[in-house]
Amino acid sequence: MPSEERPRLVRIKAYLERRALVLQLIRAFFAGQGFLEVDTPVRVAEVAPEEHITPFRSEGWWLSTSPELHMKRLLAAGYERIFQIARCFRKGEAGRHHNPEFTMLEWYRAGGDVQQMMWDTEALTLSIAQRLGLGAEIEFNGRRIDLRAPWLRVTVRDAFRTAAGWDPIASPDALRFDVDLATRVIPTLEAGRPVILEGYPAAMASLARLKPDDPAVAERAEVFVGGLEIANAYTELNDPREQRARFEAEAARIRDQGREASLPGRFLEAIETLPACGGIALGVDRLVMLMCGTDAIEDVIAFPADAI
Amino acid sequence: MDIEDVHKNVKILIDGKPYNIDDVDFVKPGKGRAIYRLKLRNLLEGSTLDRTYHSAEKVEEAPVTTREEQYLYREGDAYVFMNTETFEQMHVPERLIGDHSAFLKEGTVVTVLMLGDDPIDVTLPAHVELAVVGTEMSTKAATITPQNKAARLETGGTVGVPAFIKEGDIIKVDTRTGAYVERVATKK
Repeated sequence: MPSEERPRLVRIKAYLERRALVLQLIRAFFAGQGFLEVDTPVRVAEVAPEEHITPFRSEGWWLSTSPELHMKRLLAAGYERIFQIARCFRKGEAGRHHNPEFTMLEWYRAGGDVQQMMWDTEALTLSIAQRLGLGAEIEFNGRRIDLRAPWLRVTVRDAFRTAAGWDPIASPDALRFDVDLATRVIPTLEAGRPVILEGYPAAMASLARLKPDDPAVAERAEVFVGGLEIANAYTELNDPREQRARFEAEAARIRDQGREASLPGRFLEAIETLPACGGIALGVDRLVMLMCGTDAIEDVIAFPADAI
Repeated sequence: MDIEDVHKNVKILIDGKPYNIDDVDFVKPGKGRAIYRLKLRNLLEGSTLDRTYHSAEKVEEAPVTTREEQYLYREGDAYVFMNTETFEQMHVPERLIGDHSAFLKEGTVVTVLMLGDDPIDVTLPAHVELAVVGTEMSTKAATITPQNKAARLETGGTVGVPAFIKEGDIIKVDTRTGAYVERVATKK
């Protein structure tokens, strides 16, 4: 056993105990609302082409970057409320808040939309904190955060105008968006309660539907707690033609980077019958970090990438 | 090199000047590109700099080499070393030795990081053996710890040692932490 391993595992034992409780409370929350827990494959034949997410290869297959495509195949077959706690893998993502192998909670509601997913997130997070005995407030990075709903909602447009001085809806610029989001917007979000950034530029819609009355804006929202991005939600796109066109454009950008990319054919076939629905992905490791009051993901994972 | 491959303590060139990467802050929105915020230290001047890069950018790796050099003696503001293969002598500025001087004894072989012909960093062996030239009992008699007195070393440094260490003993010291490791030999 490496000499640092034992003291490290002894030090984080209380965090790992709390992690186990958080997983139990997530399951209890969704069971109480009539959700079905599902298990989809970790080793998959197709992944969604995403310019900034690099999957690991596995003997000609891929390691899943997200359970989204399989979960939507279940929705397309008539499953109405499903959730999953899934292991996901993303190459090159390692840092204070990232581990290349991580745990994602995803849930979907047929008939739901991005607002419904935000209400779920507010209720889930508060319920976990209360059942852990933390009450309605947690402490993170030396600040108190009040988890009671409603969380602060800010449009992407207003957040960028205030913190970075430009409007990413009127003048889309993906590179400038990512740099300013990380260096200007997130650091200046209100710290005393969770913040929901909503209404992303259409170019960053990913798998979200565009607003029927304002197609420059996608029905996509991200949740930040104490500056930590914990969840990404959509009113899901269920138009097969538009989804195919977006994937083709994304795949072309990936090939420009010199990576391989293909279209997820079984998924594209399935979404012919995908109902109107809302879906969300929430980083479980980061939720545990918040509930433990630690700003390092390696504190809540027994064997992070550099200790395997 | 690709920004994706940088990590702490890699040496890079910016506008021709060598920097050590003191820290990398990896920031990545779930769906967006990765942002790398580097804390950099100029290896020639010691000044610091913050730089932000994003995925697909490249940085120039500094063409550094390492040499094994034996410490000979001090000359004014410089430390004189001798290459263990070529026996050529080299002057290393005091600034690069810094706190290492507490444990640097004549004859010690160190690793010197070179950029071209300029030394830019010095690493001592992890452990060195040094003679104790004097000890002082702690005045805090109530503090019973294994390392309750200070030992002065032949190199001028000071370490906390157990009570049984005497003047003339040879002890092993960890140069990375400045901590006592064990007694190697005792004065007869």
